[in-house]
Order: sequence, then structure tokens, then C-alpha cells
Amino acid sequence: MAEKTVSAGMYLLVYLALMVLLAATVGAAYLHLGNLTVVAAVGIAIVKATLIILYFMHIRVGSRNLWVFAVVGFLWLAILLTLGMTDYLSRGWVPAPTGWEPGK
Amino acid sequence: MSNVAARVAEQFDDAVQQRESATVGMWIFLATEGMFFGGMFLGYAVYRSSYPMVFGASSQRLDIVLGTLNTALLLTSSLTMAMAVHAAHSGKRRSLVGFLFATIVLGAGFLGIKFYEYFQKFEEHLVPGKGFVFEGADSRHAQLFFSFYFAMTGMHALHMVIGIVMMGVLIVFAMRGKFTAEYYNPVEMAGLYWHFVDIVWVFLFPLLYLVERS
Amino acid sequence: MITDSATATVIETPGRMAPENYLSCEHSARSWLLTTDHKRIGILYLWTILIFFTIASVAAAMMRLELLTPQGDLVTSETYNKLFTIHGVLMVWFFLIPSIPTVLGNFVIPMMLGARDVAFPKLNLMSWYIFIFGGSLALWSLIHGGVDTGWTFYTPYSSTYSNSAVVLTALGVFVTGFSSILTGINFIVTVHKMRAPGMTWFRMPLFVWAHYATSIIFVLGTPVLAISIVLVGLERVFGIGIFDPKLGGDPLLFQHLFWFYSHPAVYIMILPAMGVISEVIPCFARKKIFGYNVVAFSSLAIAILGFLVWGHHMFVSGQSEFEGLIFSALSFMVAIPSAIKVFNWTATLYKGSISFHAPMLYALGFIGLFTVGGLTGLFLATLAVDVHVHDTYFIIAHFHYIMVGGAVMAYFAGIHFWWPKITGRMYPETWARLAALIVFVGFNLTFFPQFILGYLGMPRRYYAYPDEFQVLNVLSTAGASILGIGYLIPLVYLLWSLRYGRVAGTNPWHATGLEWRTDSPPSTENFEETPVVQEEAYAYDEVPEEVSLV
Repeated sequence: MAEKTVSAGMYLLVYLALMVLLAATVGAAYLHLGNLTVVAAVGIAIVKATLIILYFMHIRVGSRNLWVFAVVGFLWLAILLTLGMTDYLSRGWVPAPTGWEPGK
Repeated sequence: MSNVAARVAEQFDDAVQQRESATVGMWIFLATEGMFFGGMFLGYAVYRSSYPMVFGASSQRLDIVLGTLNTALLLTSSLTMAMAVHAAHSGKRRSLVGFLFATIVLGAGFLGIKFYEYFQKFEEHLVPGKGFVFEGADSRHAQLFFSFYFAMTGMHALHMVIGIVMMGVLIVFAMRGKFTAEYYNPVEMAGLYWHFVDIVWVFLFPLLYLVERS
Repeated sequence: MITDSATATVIETPGRMAPENYLSCEHSARSWLLTTDHKRIGILYLWTILIFFTIASVAAAMMRLELLTPQGDLVTSETYNKLFTIHGVLMVWFFLIPSIPTVLGNFVIPMMLGARDVAFPKLNLMSWYIFIFGGSLALWSLIHGGVDTGWTFYTPYSSTYSNSAVVLTALGVFVTGFSSILTGINFIVTVHKMRAPGMTWFRMPLFVWAHYATSIIFVLGTPVLAISIVLVGLERVFGIGIFDPKLGGDPLLFQHLFWFYSHPAVYIMILPAMGVISEVIPCFARKKIFGYNVVAFSSLAIAILGFLVWGHHMFVSGQSEFEGLIFSALSFMVAIPSAIKVFNWTATLYKGSISFHAPMLYALGFIGLFTVGGLTGLFLATLAVDVHVHDTYFIIAHFHYIMVGGAVMAYFAGIHFWWPKITGRMYPETWARLAALIVFVGFNLTFFPQFILGYLGMPRRYYAYPDEFQVLNVLSTAGASILGIGYLIPLVYLLWSLRYGRVAGTNPWHATGLEWRTDSPPSTENFEETPVVQEEAYAYDEVPEEVSLV
């Protein structure tokens, strides 16, 4: 059974897109984005990663459920980063009790 | 297509089951690798959010030209790797070997530049530890940045070395005629691994080199 | 063929040993050390983890001896630190985590699915060699004076200040992690791709579901442990310090990374155990499991939710209080699927035809003791209570109820249940029942007093304590010696049974499940022909009535 594959032309197209996105990554770094710098950087990186996964790694033409494995990997990374960062971002939100006297 | 021609291992019923099992297995392995690097990404996020100024200043000490060049090299190597798998799928042995070789060359180029960068950092006293020197406020926090720089790019480089060795082994097998249009699982699996290592760098590059360039 | 004349029912043909089986086909050391047969690999793991269990038990025995008296008099405090560390390290990573998956899971899962072997038999063997290598490193660290950080390796003590063999032990744990990951990958792919025709997901035994869920944790959690260990190692060896407060680093970052794995790790230890119970209860109640779908989904829920609660180990560490609230709420939620399973097992027993063979005794003990352990977990998930009992013996009692009262008893249940299949022999039932009772009594005497001690304030990891705690400590140590005897007895009669046990036959328990259709012991390929599955799991209603299980 011949499995579906991606054409060489498609690979080249994706590659060109990746190079354009690389230029965008570097370009965006020189813009004054302040707090959004990291959003832009990671956002473009996610687009690049998605292209690589869909085309170079054949998820686009792969069997029906294969993409679940890719998504789960990223999802778990998100859990680690989100719940982990929440600690650091929320320190000091709930004031610690003061004036606590034992025995009263 | 006989199971013998497709080199089907005994526990499998047919080549399709074998190929699909290998593919699922490799994706799960890549998920484990993602979590492995993920721990360092968490650490990086924690300290970047705590010390944004120093991280920005430290990041500027990295060579953006070399970093961009390296990213381009790695993305190109992903292209050549994808083409190698394509050649294997078409049964074109010479193209397969050629593209694998190109991947190795590009990967080695990446590593060469990387180690040159490490050497530069060593000369500039930016290697964490006793000899670390960083002008400016909170230089000790800068050591944290460079700890992550070396740990993350070092771990990435280690994975690339493993990948290059795998490519070398594949070239040997390919030249011995081990792969056919019906059976080229190892090439495809190595491809998945190589693209993953590329994806890690796609995230590392902006996070390490482009913190504050504006 | 023997017929019971009173009821005119057919009793199984007396058992005979299969002449050509996976044990007898080849005897050389090479055939064992280079085997790719999942059954032989299971046996290799069986002996290996027994060694680690023994060493870790000796460490525990020495600790309990020290704690007979309030003063530190048997060992120095440094030695005591090394004892509880090696006890934890070996028990967690080299006994509990591998036990059921690598011994029973490896042996039984391919057969349960109607397969010839797992998806990647060579990786399976490599998994064992990696385990041996990692274990050797951990034991070698003992020779180098041991490690005193506690199995939790908290920074900055582990990364900067400890003078013990941290790197060696950590390396051993790191290496062994790959063994876990490979096993996890193997099980997941096997379940997805190697099921026999007709074996749909919802016809699989719950033991398989449990291991699928466990494998999710293996592959997604273990790598984070790996990186946290690597980072401690880098800090110790190269001074690349990201946990060092002197550089603005946060020791809590290590705890986040460590517990991200180590909390799900406890579900790695209990999910397979629950899988065993789900097999044993229906068999010895002669009744289909109550709520198959719910139990299957609960396994997945435990695996997934288990990743969202790790901060409950850090309530008093300096983690933000807000984060503590989130983790407390999530920890309450993760108790739900476990409770659901307990309800379902109990409902399975209701109106069942119950017999008290050793596997069932261990399973019933599991249900009671796991419930106690689990409920006390809810106390600990409550922030205010945890502030009071954190780092006391209450915590120790809590997790030993689940790990020993739960997981170890389930391991024994599984060993006894599948012993006839693995060896072709029956164990002596009377001795087995006696041992199960001794274990139950010894266990409770050891660990119940520790709940009280903890609540009264006795801290953990201390080799000396105030005088008023002595009585409870003496009770605990007495219990430990009884527990030890309870564990030694099966060692003796199981070995004895290899030679002198009654020949078991294909299916001495008249259990459902494809593994019981193979010979005892099975042939290397398991099945002569790949079975085609047409019935649901746990079809106990179809089994002939009133069959004596002897």
C-alpha cells in the first residue's frame, strides 16, 4: 500500500515560507514592541513549527489520528509552563496573615 | 509486496502495521523530548519574567548574525532531510545518499558555528562559573541567562550530534542497499527526529538571541 | 475428563504442564540475556526488582530499629539521612514504579490482547538493560558512602551543599528513567496497533487500560524528572547554577520540575495496581465488573488530572498562596476517579459469588487500605490541615497506606493470580492465605500509629524524637517485623512451588481473558493461531455455574 506523501515542490514552498518567517523573526526583534516582543517571537516560532510538523513531518498526509500525538506533546508542555509560571506571577497576591498570636 | 521484501519483523502481521507502529512510537518519543527541553523552557521563562532587563542586556552579547545564519542552515537541513525521505520513498538510492550527506554537512556547519560562538563566549568571560564577568547592574543575574544559554544550546547541540551520527549510519545502510521504496522506515523516523531538533532551535533562537534588540 | 456426579457438571481436566513452553524451549544464559520474549523479560525484571526491594527493606528495618528509642543511638544522624534516602530512592524508582508494569504488564498484556509480543521486543530488552545499568549506578553510590538528600533531592542542598554521592545516585535515576520511557512507548504502541481482530478498545481488560494510562504518565512525566536531575548535576559539577539563590536563582524551580514528575509518578505506582484489582475482583466474585466504561475512563482521568496537582507537595515551601489554592482545588478533583473505582469494585462484589483465595484476600485488603490512604490524601489537600501535618509522620503514613497497603498488596495479588500462568504451578493456598493475613496485620500495626504520631507532631526524617512518642514508635517497629515475616513467607513457598506445586493447567481460576486460553506456561508465541475476539471482557455469566476453584 503506497502511503501518501508530500511532493518535492511543496517542500520547497514550505522552505521558502520558513525563510521568510525567519526574516520576520529577526525583523520583529528590531521593532519597539515592549512586552509584546516575546509574543511576536514565540508566535512566529509557532507558525514555523506548525509548517514543519504539517509538511516536513507529514502530519498533513498522515493517518487520521497521528496529529493527536503531536498535539498532546504541546499540550503537556503548556501545562508545565502555565501552572509553573502561575506561581511566579502570583506571588504576593494573597497577603500572608500577620499579627497571629498563638493561644488566642 | 511480500513481508520479506518489506523486512517485516516477526511480531508484526504486515509492513503497514510495522510502519505505523514505528511512526507512532517515534512521535511519542518526540513528545518525551519536548517535555525534556520543556523543563528548561520553564526555567528560562521564570527568570526572564523576573529579570527582564538583565536578560535583554545579556541577549545582546550573543551574535545575531551567527544565530540567524545558524537558523537558516538548520532550516535548510530540514529541507534536505525531507528530500532525503522523499528520495527513499521513490526508491532513488543516489538521491537519498546525496540528501543525507547534505543534511550532515549543513548540520556540521551549524555545530561548527555553535562551537565558535562558545569559544567567543569563553574569551569574553561569559561562561558561568568562577571566571564570569559581566559589566552592569545585577551581573549575577546575567550568569543565570548564560547558564540557560549554555545548557539549552548545549543540550540541543548534543541532540544534533546524535542526529548526525544517525545520518551517517543511514548513509552506510543506504549504500548497502538496505532501503527500498517499500521499506525505508529508519530514514523516515530519523527524519522525524531531525525535524524535531530543528523545531527546538526555532524556539531557542528568538528566546535567546532576540530578547532585546530594539 | 472428570464429572462431578452430584451436579453433573464437567470439572476441568487435571492440569498438565505444556511440554514446549517459553521456559523450557531454551535454557542457556544467552537465551535469557538476549531474549526478546516479553514473558522472559518479565521474569528478568521479577528477580531484579526483588533485589532492590530487599536492599530498600533492610534500610527500612534499620530505620525502624533506630526509632525504637527516642535517642539516636543505633546510627549517626548522617547515616540515618542516608538510610531514608536510599530507602526512598530504591523503593520508588527501582521497585514500585517498575513492579507491576514490567513484571506483570510485560508478561500478560500481549496475551491479553491476543498478540505474539509487544510492538518493540528489542526495545523491551534494552529497557531491562538500561534498568540494570541505572540500578547499578544507584547501588554503586551506596558503596561511595551513600546520599543524604532524601529521595526528593531538594536544592540548594543537593546542588550545592551536600557532600554525599548525589551525582552518582542522580545519574542512576536519570538512566533508569529511559527504561520507564521505553516501556511506556512500547505499551502505548502495542495497545494501539497489536490488538487481535475483534479486540476493540472497549473489550480490552481493564488491566490494559490501566497500563495505557500509566504509560501516558511514563512518557510525559519522566522527561521532566530527567531534566531536573540534569540541572542539579550541571550545578554540582560545572557550577552552572540556576537554583542558586546567590545568583538570584530560585530553589523552588527545582521543586516545580521535580514534583511535575513525582506526583504523576505516584499514579504510575497505583494505576497498574488498580488494574490488577480490576482483574482479580471479577474473577473471585464470579461477576462482570460493575461499570466497565467508567472504570476505563477513570484510569485516563487519573493519569491526566494527576499532572495538574503537583503543587500540593509545595504548600509550605514558599510557593504563592494563590497557586496553592489552585492546586488544592485540583487535588480534590483527582480523588474523584479513584473513589469511583472503589465504588465500582465494591458494586462488583455485591451479590457476587465470592471466594477467598489469596489473590482475593490481597485485593480486598487493597480496597480497604487504599481507601484509608486516599481519604487521608484529601485531608492533606486541604491547605490548613497540610500546614499542620506537612513533613510529619502523617504524610509518611498516608503514602505508605497507598504504596504498601495499596500497590504492594496489589502486586502480591497479581503475582499469585498469574503465578499458575507464569510457572504452570499452583502455590500452596493455605500458606498464601496465612501470609496475606500476616501482611495485613503487620502493615496496619506498622503504619496506623504513624498517623497518630504525625498528627501529634513527630517530624519525618528525624532519627530522634521526644520521649512521649516512644510507645507508638515501638508499636510501629513491632508491626514492621510482622510485615517482614509476611513478605518472607511467599518468597519461600513460591520458590517451593516451582518444583513441588500442583500442576496448574490452562485456566485454574476459570477466569475470562485471552491470557487464560494459552497453555500454562505459555509457548513462546503465546497463541498457535491469532484469536478472533467475539465476546465482551469479564464474561463471567457465560462460565459454567458452581465450578469449584479448588
